[in-house]
Amino acid sequence: MCAKQVKKAEKEVQTTGHSWDGIEEYDNPMPRWWVWVFYACIVWGIGYSIAYPAWPLIHGATQGLLGPTLRTEVVAEIARFDEANAPIKAKLNAADLASIPGNDELKTYAISAGASVFKNNCAQCHGSGAAGVQGKGYPNLLDNDWLWGGDMEAIHTTIAHGIRNTTDGDARYSQMPSFGKDGILEKAQIDDVVEHVLQISGQDHDAAMAEAGATVFAENCAACHGDAGMGNRDFGAPNLTDAIWLYGGDRKTLVQTVTYSRFGVMPAWNVRLSEDEIRSVATYVHSLGGGE
Amino acid sequence: MWDYVKLVVYGVIAVLAAIGANYAHDLAYQVNAIVVMLAAAIAFVWELRHAGEVQAHPQDEYFDSVVRAGVIATTFWGVVGFLVGVVIAFQLAFPSLNLGNITDGVLNFGRLRPLHTSAVIFAFGGNALIMSAFYIVQRTSGARLWGGNLGWFVFWGWQLMIVLAATSYLTGGTQGKEYAETVWYIDIWLTVVWVAFLIVFVGTLVKRKEPHIYVANWFLLSMIITVAMLHLVNNMAIPVSLFSSQSVPVFSGVQDAMTQWWYGHNAVGFFLTAGFLGMMYYFVPKQAERPVYSYKLSIIHFWALIFLYIWAGPHHLHYTALPEWASTLGMVMSIILWMPSWGGMINGLMTLSGAWDKLRTDPVIRMMVISLGFYGMSTFEGPMMSIKSVNSLSHYTDWTIGHVHSGALGWNGMITFGALYFLTPRLWNRESLYSLKLVSWHFWLATIGIILYASSMWVTGIMEGLMWREVDANGFLVNAFADTVAAKFPMYVVRGTGGLMYLTGGMLMAYNLWMTVRAQPSKAVVNANNAVPAE
Repeated sequence: MCAKQVKKAEKEVQTTGHSWDGIEEYDNPMPRWWVWVFYACIVWGIGYSIAYPAWPLIHGATQGLLGPTLRTEVVAEIARFDEANAPIKAKLNAADLASIPGNDELKTYAISAGASVFKNNCAQCHGSGAAGVQGKGYPNLLDNDWLWGGDMEAIHTTIAHGIRNTTDGDARYSQMPSFGKDGILEKAQIDDVVEHVLQISGQDHDAAMAEAGATVFAENCAACHGDAGMGNRDFGAPNLTDAIWLYGGDRKTLVQTVTYSRFGVMPAWNVRLSEDEIRSVATYVHSLGGGE
Repeated sequence: MWDYVKLVVYGVIAVLAAIGANYAHDLAYQVNAIVVMLAAAIAFVWELRHAGEVQAHPQDEYFDSVVRAGVIATTFWGVVGFLVGVVIAFQLAFPSLNLGNITDGVLNFGRLRPLHTSAVIFAFGGNALIMSAFYIVQRTSGARLWGGNLGWFVFWGWQLMIVLAATSYLTGGTQGKEYAETVWYIDIWLTVVWVAFLIVFVGTLVKRKEPHIYVANWFLLSMIITVAMLHLVNNMAIPVSLFSSQSVPVFSGVQDAMTQWWYGHNAVGFFLTAGFLGMMYYFVPKQAERPVYSYKLSIIHFWALIFLYIWAGPHHLHYTALPEWASTLGMVMSIILWMPSWGGMINGLMTLSGAWDKLRTDPVIRMMVISLGFYGMSTFEGPMMSIKSVNSLSHYTDWTIGHVHSGALGWNGMITFGALYFLTPRLWNRESLYSLKLVSWHFWLATIGIILYASSMWVTGIMEGLMWREVDANGFLVNAFADTVAAKFPMYVVRGTGGLMYLTGGMLMAYNLWMTVRAQPSKAVVNANNAVPAE
């Protein structure tokens, strides 16, 4: 259809009379629909800028007949949910921590809220599925192996105050010595104790060295990890006899760990999250499989 | 005498650059200083070997050697830019391709991404604009390029800028401003080259033999002037040290953000829209051998476009710290901009409308038509995405990436390919292109590639926008960010595949152009190159 129009136009419409390198220009009028849509957009634009904040003045700007929307809409939406959730939040905060997983109403709400808190605050380290990052020092929260305790109270404390951070006086704290770096143990002793750890965790090991390592272990490690290497939650000392490793349980990694030690840090969340959010996310983590 | 001056200048620059490399505070500066030293040394040796030669600038002939160099550079940087694009597309799908363990982060997405954007916008697009501007302004003015060797200075200065930018990105030098990543000394050099470009262009217009300035030149001139202004304001910064690539921007906070997006949006508006419309206004009527559809439309949409574009930047900052009034104005101006943008498409398509039959026979015309189609589509999509409520869904998602690429691959890429296919036989005086069949292959590979790219990004963009805002009955967010990343994986592979097709098309073009120059017989006409002003 367009082609026909132009062919017709060709006969009637003149060029402007100029030619540049062989290019000429028709003196066609602008398409009417184009002009009218352009006008319509301008009229709409004027209307819109009267309706909403638009024109800058010396102090501030025009606020528009309908007022601002960019922030007010989201503020209103947040307020609506806050209001709707206020009663159950109050109940959650008043409840005894240990009783929350047994209370269906509170548990349903807390897991829904806690999952959201987890995915937006905790997933960066612990993974969006809460499986941690094996070998990188981010603990798996799905199993029942807990460094600092897995009941509601313990999980709540860990989340609220964090671990080994410098910002919260009540943060959980312990420090494994750097046995090699600080010269506490000789290289040979470290190799021995690593064989011992391999032995108690049921891996291939050099029996003679492991025997020598047992003495080193008793003198240097047992205070925190226990005589049998079962760990101690008071110090966040991991159980060394199972197959779960925070940084890795192979020979090379263990030598690295004993030589330089480890110092995993978790921030205190009581400055970022409200009490009901901490309780929710504690309930969520508790519900993942390993809650005690 | 002049030769000695040049030798001394090159020598001094090489020595100063060596000193700079020695005192450098950071790797990017050091590498850049070494690049400058090498460039000055090469120029010194070249000058030494060619001292005493006089380069002729006969006023009755067009200055086409610099345009030929521009065609080569455009093709080369195009393929490089597309290749880096394909690499980073697959890095997003398969993060192990970052090769972080082997390369110590040099080939990380974060460093390759500005390399890709700068390579396609400034190296491919910039060379395309400079060489077409040089070609068009001579033809439509009936005059040789003004300023003699200044044209060569613009060409080589631009290439040096590209190499400096690329090496600095890889070694960690950046201002952290999107599309303005180049560090302060590269910005200064870019300004010098750009002003030389302006002088050459305006000088040629001033001595034109035509009574009027052709519409393509309005667009090109508006591009040159506005880009100079944008570049100067957005890059105002105080260097930390003479020997450091680091600098502190003059603006801070939301003012800096607003300045950046005033720049960023108009880099799109003037570099990639106005400049390429200038190309369109020459190459489309030439290839179609038809008059431009409407002179009136060209005037009105030109002035409307350049007046409105400059206000639209705030739509990049909806729902941020930007005051709401600025957001509203940016959105309103973007909507009003819709028709002025479409003016170019209408004028281009209607120019072709008497020659639709050529679509069947001429794949170059087909390329130009599809480029106008993508231009129209993305200049509709852009105003739509600037609407606040649409933007609240689309912002920060891959939809934006898809939008940019339907414009960049579809409009800028395709019109440039058309121009390259138009120019190569003419500049090297060949009878025809080596293979029209290869042009057809290029056309289909590129078109299907763009469609895969844009549609996969629409899907992931809208999907992740919806996932981000999804809340449950109690108002809690349902998805983690990582959930959206995992969900996007299949579309990332589709996008990478589309990019790979586009790259393949680009390489076919490079081969085709190469063979046109190598293997095609010369045209008999000897005076084809003469500057003959039309009536």
